[in-house]
Amino acid sequence: MKAVFNFLSQPQISFTMTIILFIVAIQKMEFFASKKFGWILLFGTLAFFGWGMTDSVFFGTMSWPDNIPIGILIAIVLWSTWFSLHKGVENDKRIAAGEPPLEGTPENREKVWAWPNLVYTELFAIIACTIFLVAWAIIFKAPLEEPANPTWAPNPAKAPWYFLGLQEMLVYFDPWMAGVVLPVLIIVGLVAIPYLDINPKGNGYYTFRERKFAISSFLFGWLVLWIFLIIVGTFLRGPNWTFYGPFEFWDHHKVVAENNINLSEIFWIKLFNTGLPKNIFLREIAGILLSVGYLFGSIPLITKFWGKRYLEGMGKVRYYLMIILMLTMFSLPIKMYLRWLINLKYIIFMPEFELNI
Amino acid sequence: MAKRSFAEYVANTQVWKSVFRHGPPDNARNRAAVVAGNVFLHLHPIKLKKSGVQLGYTWCMGGLTFFVFLALTITGVLLMFYYRPTAEYAFNDIIALREHVPLGIMRELHRWGAHLMVITVWIHMFRVFMTGSYKPPREFNWGVGVILLTLTLLLSFTGYLLPWDQLAIWAITVGSNMAKATPFLGHGGPGAALAKIGDFVMVSDKNDVRFQLLGGRFVGEPALLRFYILHCVFIPIVVAVLIAVHFWRVRKDGGISAPL
Repeated sequence: MKAVFNFLSQPQISFTMTIILFIVAIQKMEFFASKKFGWILLFGTLAFFGWGMTDSVFFGTMSWPDNIPIGILIAIVLWSTWFSLHKGVENDKRIAAGEPPLEGTPENREKVWAWPNLVYTELFAIIACTIFLVAWAIIFKAPLEEPANPTWAPNPAKAPWYFLGLQEMLVYFDPWMAGVVLPVLIIVGLVAIPYLDINPKGNGYYTFRERKFAISSFLFGWLVLWIFLIIVGTFLRGPNWTFYGPFEFWDHHKVVAENNINLSEIFWIKLFNTGLPKNIFLREIAGILLSVGYLFGSIPLITKFWGKRYLEGMGKVRYYLMIILMLTMFSLPIKMYLRWLINLKYIIFMPEFELNI
Repeated sequence: MAKRSFAEYVANTQVWKSVFRHGPPDNARNRAAVVAGNVFLHLHPIKLKKSGVQLGYTWCMGGLTFFVFLALTITGVLLMFYYRPTAEYAFNDIIALREHVPLGIMRELHRWGAHLMVITVWIHMFRVFMTGSYKPPREFNWGVGVILLTLTLLLSFTGYLLPWDQLAIWAITVGSNMAKATPFLGHGGPGAALAKIGDFVMVSDKNDVRFQLLGGRFVGEPALLRFYILHCVFIPIVVAVLIAVHFWRVRKDGGISAPL
């Protein structure tokens, strides 16, 4: 049983399962947002963690003080995702029946006094939060390790947990992409959301059907590419950033075969049976064409087969910005699969300019 | 004459009346006065739609983020009494805090509070997205919120170094090594090698963005001081200003979102 979970949680398999589950959930939202599934989710998670805690390795990882926030985060993310979609689907049913969403009923549109209605809610929230925080602080000591020693690096050296999604990206991209370009684009993309999403519906109430595309894209980035990678980076990465299953002992001597190769080598050596050309641009021609083609050449195709109605509705600037941001987001799963399927290390490998993609 | 209760007596003293200039908030006039007349409560509107006070709609996450920020400010100031940001003292001061302060949980409150704030601010953003509350007229305030979220992460990140233990310096080493790879501005980033005049290298490990961030080529004492000042002074001031903008715009953009 534990071996099965260790096997399933390998990034290749768990990431693929997450994506499939995500697509199914988007298609069958009625079921996934139902109360029934909510209970399944709750008891399934509790059962898994309850059972996992009986394993000393699993317990050790979960109860390491700085990992506790991620346990809390997983619980809150599962609950908040289910709850918001549940409310969204309920509102969708109301709207389909010709009623206003729950937030827009005449009763809920009525104005109430901030004192006592809002102020007391806030007071109770503050008290509950204080109790929670104080209890957390009493039970778990803040971690403190050996004094700083610049000459001896712990293995693995991990960033704070909220950056572990980025550190996990380092497996697939060089630091300039995973640590600088992609984070900046995440921020830019988030700020740009209100200017790209000009769908006037779903403003101020939970819904799913009225904003299916916007919600699906956001949830994909949030759950699959951010939360999932944080979980992998926290719980499933051990010494040398090697994969370890949730029930697998962190054996420092675990050997993993590294036989990744660059696209230029596949292109020139395997395909044409010649050596790598001296000229670096000629050497990397396949990768350059592929990257430029992906980011720009693919846009007309996407527009033709999928984006026409969006282009007409949004206007050119919004549409092209959205497509480029989306392509950047999907470059991460694409690179992950290229690594897993054909052991690709770099699409473009130009150490001369430190430009590796 | 009916006997007055002690509470009524207190409420009629000159001292009480000088502080609270209205009667108990049990009628419309006084409920308006209690919110409008109090500098903290006047962040709220006097009346708001019922949907906006329901926990099932708002989740209270934005408000709790602000509350945790205040709690972190207070516990942080208390910690500053015991902590000196130098390589010689930093770690020992943390040890001393643990050893000499009986039942002390200030550092725990501060550390777990910092984690909690990261979680609440993410969930706040998630709720705002799922209710479509970034849509007009609230586009700008969403942007302010994204910047605040980024600053929350940076606050937590800069604070991570201060205990000056192995966990701290190596986490910051991993994080700040990213800066080394910034295109054109970091000496290990793409394009930096192009910035050369003859033999003179313009972007090197002695002047790139990582050097500016750490005040050196590795995480050493100058980095500790820089992170300390960023953590305790610079970022909190920026955050406080942006929180003011954020709250102001919540009110000016029509309060908590509701169906149009």
